[in-house]
Amino acid sequence: MSLPAPSYPVERVTLANGLRVVLAPDRTSPVVAVAVHYDVGFRSEPEGRTGFAHLFEHLMFQGSENVGKAEHPKFVQAAGGTFNGSTHPDFTDYFELLPSGALELALFLEADRMRAPKITQENLNNQIAVVQEEIRVNVMNRPYGGFPWISLPPVAFDTFPNAHNGYGDFSELQAASLADAGSFFDDYYAPGNAVLAVVGDFDPAPALALVERHFGDVPARPVPARPSFAEPVPTTERRQTLVDALAPQPALAVGYRVPDPVADLTGYLPFVVLTDILTSGDASRLERRLVQKDRSVTDVGTYLGTFGDPFDQRDPLLFTIRAVHPTESPAEAILGAVDEELDRLATDGLADGELDRVQARLAAGLLREADDTLARASSVATHELQRGRPELINELPGLFGEVSADAVSAAAAALRSQGRSVLELLAGATSKSGGEEPKSGGEDQ
Amino acid sequence: MTTTIATTTKRTIPAVAPTRVPDLPTVAERTLGNGLRVLAVNRPAIPLVELRLRIPFAGAGPAFQARAALLAETLFTGTADRDRLTIATDLQALGGALSTGVDADRFAIGGSALAINLEPFLGVLAEVLRSAAYPAGEVAGERARLVDATAVARSQPSVIAREALLGRLYGDHPYASDIPLDRQLAEATDADLRALHADRVSPVGAILTLVGAVEPGAALDAVEAALGGWTGSASTPVPAVPAHRTGPIVIVDRPGAVQTNIRLAGPAVNRDSPQYPAQRLAATIFGGYFSSRLVSNIREDKGYSYSPRGSVEHFDVASQLTVAVDVATDVTAPALLEVLYELGRMATRAVGPDELDAARQYAAGTLALSTATAAGLASTLSSLAGAGIGIEYLRDHPAALATVTVDDVLAVAASVLGPSGLATVLLGDAAVISASVATLGALETAAPA
Repeated sequence: MSLPAPSYPVERVTLANGLRVVLAPDRTSPVVAVAVHYDVGFRSEPEGRTGFAHLFEHLMFQGSENVGKAEHPKFVQAAGGTFNGSTHPDFTDYFELLPSGALELALFLEADRMRAPKITQENLNNQIAVVQEEIRVNVMNRPYGGFPWISLPPVAFDTFPNAHNGYGDFSELQAASLADAGSFFDDYYAPGNAVLAVVGDFDPAPALALVERHFGDVPARPVPARPSFAEPVPTTERRQTLVDALAPQPALAVGYRVPDPVADLTGYLPFVVLTDILTSGDASRLERRLVQKDRSVTDVGTYLGTFGDPFDQRDPLLFTIRAVHPTESPAEAILGAVDEELDRLATDGLADGELDRVQARLAAGLLREADDTLARASSVATHELQRGRPELINELPGLFGEVSADAVSAAAAALRSQGRSVLELLAGATSKSGGEEPKSGGEDQ
Repeated sequence: MTTTIATTTKRTIPAVAPTRVPDLPTVAERTLGNGLRVLAVNRPAIPLVELRLRIPFAGAGPAFQARAALLAETLFTGTADRDRLTIATDLQALGGALSTGVDADRFAIGGSALAINLEPFLGVLAEVLRSAAYPAGEVAGERARLVDATAVARSQPSVIAREALLGRLYGDHPYASDIPLDRQLAEATDADLRALHADRVSPVGAILTLVGAVEPGAALDAVEAALGGWTGSASTPVPAVPAHRTGPIVIVDRPGAVQTNIRLAGPAVNRDSPQYPAQRLAATIFGGYFSSRLVSNIREDKGYSYSPRGSVEHFDVASQLTVAVDVATDVTAPALLEVLYELGRMATRAVGPDELDAARQYAAGTLALSTATAAGLASTLSSLAGAGIGIEYLRDHPAALATVTVDDVLAVAASVLGPSGLATVLLGDAAVISASVATLGALETAAPA
């Protein structure tokens, strides 16, 4: 099927210090995005220092040679821009979205901390406390916190890089030292281990001159060899159970292994299509079976990769099904229904028109995402970092259009032929929902 | 890590160059005979069209709230001519998707499709609006699912805290809750939904916004052809909110909680007030962005919280300032003290000119960023239109921000941010936090709703 695709111009340059630069100009709106992706994530953090890659991301905002603590946010926001950073299994990114007149400011700020952050013991202690609050908000104080991104990997994987908690243990976070930060920076934050993406409203030639001016004298440093995190695909089912004291309903996560998304992109894409066949909208297979027919789940979704971006993670990664279900609906029945639906796809194939409509919406979704300058910067940076192919932002719709119904069937069969990883979350809280009239206010109690 | 830095000369922070100001998008507009107001903007960068429909949907009482929520879940589950599967299949084949949402002011439908499919996309929407059937079996399934989903929602501390806060602020007004009650949901029938649809899913006062690779005149014609025959009656206005009262600090007990969700809220000025631009900047300086006083103090200095924030929400008949800070249980009282200090500082002392300029640039800049995509422009236009504001806001609001003085900020902060005017709700472990919090003000303890 021929699908509409974007055609953003993309230029690639590598500076003498090894920094890979991707420029993708687009004059639609007076907006520019700058993203720096370092080729290190929480899979690379050392044993005994779980959560360190993420803590280090926080430390990169604490100041650098020419930028004081708290000044990075102030400079960006006083220029009318926004910023953030995030830590993933295989990379850590730092980015700004700004009015286009602030391009040079953003380049300066990123270059300054690429030369080296400047971290004090006081700032380290402060950010350890902030990260602990982040973990309390997102994991410890809420139902389903970290389910399943933290709790499924130790079921599915055996080695420390793949199985450990990327948010980290509190005791290990508290043990983090300035020396740890120095060696982590030295090991992984070399310019040759990074990609700079500049996307949006600029002329490429002067923009490249600005990139050279600010990043050109960042000293080249050794680039670490990238380790393999490979693990064999399980042949038998793995299963664990956890009790979530705050959850009012049980939940279920199922992880499957998929082809290497970098080495075998063609073999991987059908699994991306399969996620939409299974759980994209009311016409998708698992929505129809589990939600509409069996009524065995409250909510179901499927996705690839730890955080749901199918193109930002290397092998090994999981195809995950996540469902929340009523207590009276047993996990075994849901798993049985999932198996039946995968078997049906594997043996009977797709219905007439099913692939075409899923591909049409998939293409529309890619166009919609790419319309966002910051999302486009993030995409071209990860495509460059992991595949050396930022042009994939334009090419993916065409590649998805080439995925055949047979390939999607084969993907479903591949999930069934391996040992899946099942994590059952048991509800530790009785449902205490709104059975009563709303309280009209404290004074009435 | 100072050890890793080579000695170099101090570098100069580059100045920010002026950013070109784009022309205001041209909005084509038509009000159809049935009362539907239609806005269309050509934005050809990507071959999609974004759609936003907002329908006034005020109603009072828990039964109405439950029916409205269930209507939103079942609107696309069948019409006179298509069943649920056919609707979903047809939309997907257009590269399209539509979703629904409802609150105490309006019912909203939003989505996108490939722009070449605008006419059939509108056709599906029109069929649903004119002849949604609410099949009994689909309604029963979605009702059970919604009961479960609301139980899950009500287990989230952020939701429990917000429900307690809204209840405190609005009493028995519709704004007092975002989430329907189990019992009311259980009683809502498919016949109720058909009656509610006939009564309230109406073009009168509704606004449809289209942004994308469409020719505006043709888009208006297509809407008129598809939706001109949709009929309905005028909605009832939202009643006035009750008078604001502060009262003691309410602690909603959550035994064993590792954090306390601190919430303070009170009335803010509306978008049509001359003080609105100054309020926007006051709220930004206080807690509206990372460079704010609240973040600098509570996160970057004290390490008490990951994401402390202050914000202003605008409803149809009220505006609300909310402060939200989630902190470790053992620093609840010290964190509340710092919140009160920063509020009091805003209300009693002038902000610095540098703080004001930074907030001004941020507010103007992020307005431009938020309208740089077709989806963002559609949502912004729809929201503005719902408040009776036109696209000129994108030009006039930054101009208004530019004229705000430190005295203007102090004046509005004194009336909106002063801690004596705010209601306070804490969701946390009452046994642990009550004694220390009581040193800061009178308390009362409530069970979660």
